[in-house]
Amino acid sequence: MNERIIQLRKQSTSAKPSISPERALLLTEFYKYPEARQVSIPVKRALAFKYILEHKIICINPGELIVGERGPEPQATPTYPEICVHSLDDLKILNDRKKIPFASDQKTRKAFADTIIPFWSGNTIRDQIFQAVPEEWKEAYSAGVFTEFMEQRPPGHTVLDDKIYKKGMAGFIIDIDHELKNLDFFNDPHAAGKKEQLTAMKIAANAIILFANRHADKLTKLAEKEIDEKRKRELKQMAANCRHVPAKAPRTFWEALQYYWFVHVGVITEVNPWDSFNPGRLDQHLFPFYEKEIKSGKLTKEKAKELLMSFWVKFNNHPAPPKIGITAKESNTYTDFALINLGGVRADGSDAVNDLTYLILDVIEEMRLLQPSSMVQVSKKNPDQYLKRFLRIIKTGYGQPSVFNTDAIIQEMLRVGKSIEDARNGGASGCVETGAFGKEAYILTGYFNIPKVLEITLRNGTDPRTGKVIGIKTGDPEKFKTFDELMSAFEKQLNHFIKIKIKGNNIIDLIYAQHMPVPFLSILINDCIKKGKDYHDGGARYNTSYIQGVGLGSITDELAALKYHVFEHKNIAMKGMLEALDRNFEDFDEFRKKLLDETPKYGNDNDYADEITQQVFEIYFRAIDGRPTARGGKHRINLLPTTCHVYFGSVIGAMPDGRKAGLPLSEGISPVQGADRNGPTAVIKSASKIDHIRTGGTLLNQKFTPSFMETESGIMGVLHLIRSYFKLDGHHIQFNVVTAETLKKAKKHPENYRDLIVRVAGYSDYFVDLTEELQDEIIRRTEQN
Amino acid sequence: MSVAGIIFNIQRFSVNDGPGIRTTVFLKGCPLSCWWCHNPEGRAQGIVKINGNTIGQSITPEKLLKILLKDRVFYEESGGGVTFSGGEPLAQPEFLSEILSLCRQAGIHTTVDTTGYADQAIFKDMLPITDLWLYDLKLMDPVQHLKYTEVSNYEILANLEYLMKNQAQVIIRIPLIPGITATQVNIEQLITYLDKFDPKPEVNLLPYHKIAIGKYQKFNITDRMIGVEELSKEETDRYAAQFENSYFMVQIGG
Repeated sequence: MNERIIQLRKQSTSAKPSISPERALLLTEFYKYPEARQVSIPVKRALAFKYILEHKIICINPGELIVGERGPEPQATPTYPEICVHSLDDLKILNDRKKIPFASDQKTRKAFADTIIPFWSGNTIRDQIFQAVPEEWKEAYSAGVFTEFMEQRPPGHTVLDDKIYKKGMAGFIIDIDHELKNLDFFNDPHAAGKKEQLTAMKIAANAIILFANRHADKLTKLAEKEIDEKRKRELKQMAANCRHVPAKAPRTFWEALQYYWFVHVGVITEVNPWDSFNPGRLDQHLFPFYEKEIKSGKLTKEKAKELLMSFWVKFNNHPAPPKIGITAKESNTYTDFALINLGGVRADGSDAVNDLTYLILDVIEEMRLLQPSSMVQVSKKNPDQYLKRFLRIIKTGYGQPSVFNTDAIIQEMLRVGKSIEDARNGGASGCVETGAFGKEAYILTGYFNIPKVLEITLRNGTDPRTGKVIGIKTGDPEKFKTFDELMSAFEKQLNHFIKIKIKGNNIIDLIYAQHMPVPFLSILINDCIKKGKDYHDGGARYNTSYIQGVGLGSITDELAALKYHVFEHKNIAMKGMLEALDRNFEDFDEFRKKLLDETPKYGNDNDYADEITQQVFEIYFRAIDGRPTARGGKHRINLLPTTCHVYFGSVIGAMPDGRKAGLPLSEGISPVQGADRNGPTAVIKSASKIDHIRTGGTLLNQKFTPSFMETESGIMGVLHLIRSYFKLDGHHIQFNVVTAETLKKAKKHPENYRDLIVRVAGYSDYFVDLTEELQDEIIRRTEQN
Repeated sequence: MSVAGIIFNIQRFSVNDGPGIRTTVFLKGCPLSCWWCHNPEGRAQGIVKINGNTIGQSITPEKLLKILLKDRVFYEESGGGVTFSGGEPLAQPEFLSEILSLCRQAGIHTTVDTTGYADQAIFKDMLPITDLWLYDLKLMDPVQHLKYTEVSNYEILANLEYLMKNQAQVIIRIPLIPGITATQVNIEQLITYLDKFDPKPEVNLLPYHKIAIGKYQKFNITDRMIGVEELSKEETDRYAAQFENSYFMVQIGG
């Protein structure tokens, strides 16, 4: 990392996230013009986009090589009042909260109070959603049965393919004009609507060119004033880059990065959808430029690395827009989930790992930034050398990159009818979501609290936390004679809530399709131009809506405990069990110990428990998979939590697996914290008993101490663990290399860390089982690393 | 009729007891009593109770195989398999022979981690059903050997020669115990002794770690290693270099 990058990195990591009223003020200004009311909604949105890009402050940071900021400066974060307008109370909470704060000064608060709030309050997408969804939806939502992604932020959840590296915006305008010319107003009743969409896209394409030209102007001025000759040359070159891209297709590695970055800033200025935006298979897209220029001598490896590092900093300058309420709970992070993909296979199915893959891994290792996130795709065709390289990054405990199974992802996409080329050119984004890059709108609609459904089933439709009846009557559980009766009641209850969720999804889809088109994003995703249809309205080639199941480990252990202790071994009657739960195990300590220690648990390669996992998986799958969406797509499942397992746990009382009220649920498809006691191979076996191919992504977390991967045999062990899991069609695995801090906690609270394996030379053991002396030694050793 | 064995641990995802990902089964009972023993709770034969902890469980070969097969995918992917350690696995020859045969029939790679202290007839029986031997060599001096392990090294050396003569796959494992096995004299004697084999076996050097102290305390066993410090990396590397200079394949740890 050279001095320039050190400074850029420092600027990015030391700036405090704050709220910038700039965008909201420009938007409000535009919406107040009479002409904003005289045009169609898509055209209005495009003109608003243009207005913002025409008037916003152009920020060029000292020393940077890639330009373009969403706000007036790094970490200054705009809001999107047309979707969700923050109240003064919200601003105060955002400013004061300990975790993930956003500062706002007096001026900002005044802008909100005087201009933004009065104009938007009551007129946002959020207001529309809460007015449109039925009462039962609101009740289930408030009870914490599910969350709703689109109540504060628009859908997006999409990734770019290689199209911008081959075509400039001028080229897209030609495509748009072609479609406009061919509109058949006589035979096609939708032609008029298409005309508005296409016109809007054209305005948006021109707007981003204009934005780049404003940067070019400012760079030229800066170059004139610059006294350092080297920087002067750079600024001139950057000005030339901004004149060329995004208007025309990039000619160089540098232009390619700058083009993507303008597109990124465009997407997150238009509405900043979930997962911001994402270049996807970066090592693939950039490789032709890299190879050509390295060969011709115009680019050196060092220069390429410096450009990539400058590009990396840009992502980190842009925190996710501020979230509040339940949405903050389900996804409480500055990360905006731009997940850069490396490796995998090419469109023809061959090994895609190249020199640039390794160079980008070097960048990831050295930058160690929160954003962008990075992931590695692993196909059976990728060499071990590649796995060893990224494992050396993982072992440093940075939590990145996460590891994905290309071959499973391709199968997942083929199952739902995507073409083999689109599948191979795709990957995973956000946390773990499968998608056809550049061709699909694959939207996370909300997390679904599977254990909460059991809690309600055990109370015959009533939520014990509030005493409200929010479910259906599925029978008095004390009268159930068999475990199957319980399972069938659980399935009925789950179907009931899924129906409510899907009804809501269809209403919300329509609201976005009609009121919040995204013409700029629509240019970027096939086949919106060709169809003359907006991204939010089913314009993409493939349209998927996911409902993300949370708590697979917890629900398994809860059901296993009921099956084992109530129905089979009759250690306790249902009545007694419910009493223990109602009393949060007070005076049931012995019984709780039995539940914790003498019950089959998920994550141990134990068929008794894992069969229940499979049953729950099938119930969840049947309830959702294939149900149509308002955008003309299908609902699918995936299993991931972000931070929602903590929120979902907070709304559930004590449960039969021995979990006390309010504690977090298991996350992703990982076992309940401390429930897995047979090591990583057993966890992987359990996790692979569900059919990952029928999901759109699952998330598995594994913990390791750095010492485990110190030796070659340790690295190879983990490498083969990954290969084996992927042979079993596992979708994703990530390695949480634990810190000394965690070990200290484990020493203090062993009950929460039963599953933590540590390695001391040629010997491994559960950390909590080690003597104090040895624990301290391992803590010291970990600290040294 | 199968013979049940007594084991005291099954460790899945072992990566240091032979090639690839392995499941290591620890058979209970050992004729040696090494001062530095890492598994002192596994020394005595049969199931025992120490300080309220039951050590050891009886298991049939069939039942054990079922557990071992659970990780087949990992063995196959990594070129791994199953390792029988202890204790001294050869101290339960009928059981070991049966489980080795069952693994062989299932196509699983087998490794026996042994002190070398057993009747040669047992080695003969195990030879065709064992893919790899992890063979511990500690001290070349017979008197020293007797002192620190409580058995003679005569049989151990004879058995190693038997295995080598019969082209068995053998990796020599040498624990580097400061002041006991990790002495210049002993290392030189080991090199001279091993030098006569053709081909030369691979050598793993296992530096002493104080990891077992806790076990001695927990199980109330007299610890004869109190005050012995761990070997420095430099010393370990120096011994490794000595083997390398005599053209041995050497690995630290194993």
